[in-house]
Amino acid sequence: MRDRILNIVLNTLNDFNETYEKDIPLELGEEIPLYGKKGILDSLGLVSLIVMIEQAIEDELDISLILADEKAMSQKTSPFLTVSSLVNYISLLIKEENKLWIK
Amino acid sequence: MDKVITLITGTRKGIGKYLAEHYVRKGHQVIGCSRKEPEWTLDGYEHFQVDVADEIAVKAMFLTIKKKYGKIDNLINNAGIASMNHFLLTPLSTVKNILDTNVVGTFLFSREAAKLMQRNKYGRIVNFATVATPLKLEGEAMYAASKAAIISFTEVIARELSPYGITVNTIGPTPIETDLIRSVPKDKLNELINRQSISRFGTVEDVANTIDFFIKKESSFITGQTLFLGGV
Repeated sequence: MRDRILNIVLNTLNDFNETYEKDIPLELGEEIPLYGKKGILDSLGLVSLIVMIEQAIEDELDISLILADEKAMSQKTSPFLTVSSLVNYISLLIKEENKLWIK
Repeated sequence: MDKVITLITGTRKGIGKYLAEHYVRKGHQVIGCSRKEPEWTLDGYEHFQVDVADEIAVKAMFLTIKKKYGKIDNLINNAGIASMNHFLLTPLSTVKNILDTNVVGTFLFSREAAKLMQRNKYGRIVNFATVATPLKLEGEAMYAASKAAIISFTEVIARELSPYGITVNTIGPTPIETDLIRSVPKDKLNELINRQSISRFGTVEDVANTIDFFIKKESSFITGQTLFLGGV
């Protein structure tokens, strides 16, 4: 499942680059710094990306997630630092069934 | 799909039903919803039976819309309830119902629609306020307050959604002869109407005319505004 989620996130980053004419270095893969001190996204960029990833997960997996809720904000380290931390967080949410399943 | 997709809440009767017919006549694919099934059908119209404040049901509805239509161009948050009562006699359950339908419903539909709209970098959201707020209508404290929340909500999300080409505006109708004002005494209504610049009941056509303006492609520079009818 983690590999599927990683694929979805990387594909969405590719779409994000095209939609918003950005240049996120996809070749860095899991190490892409998203948000935080070394992050390449501003706050609006992060919001747009999260919405796109939520939509992509819904399209591909039929799972409706809210990625940026109190739980995400209360994590010791932000899930939005890198692609790797984000993929781990999404996997955790799905595993914990902290989601709304939609058929 | 080139057809304009317009989603309207609270379409079973009243203003919502009229708006559904109005936009079907204009060639839109109209999607509507209400808690109970409507007693009417229309070509070019699809109905969902959903409580606008039920997050899971609302998200399921949007997933179906996304799969079937792929986009939403216009969202009209029409669903709303009122309850005429002195505030000293108003039960908490009434307050919660009003806030759920008027505020939570508008929030949920705006959030889910905007997620779809941002894909196309285009969208129009129209919310419903009321002249009861600026006219400080006695007996409608929570209704007026819930709609004041809608005005603030509109003003803030208009700014947050502007980078995505989505405009958000509010219409503030005067009393219109629908079920919503059935319980308001006649003399109260006349008193209210006399405080308008133009002293008459509003009509569903007045409402549709204003929404037509807000959702026009050419209205891309108009956002975060509240337009009260009747010169209030």
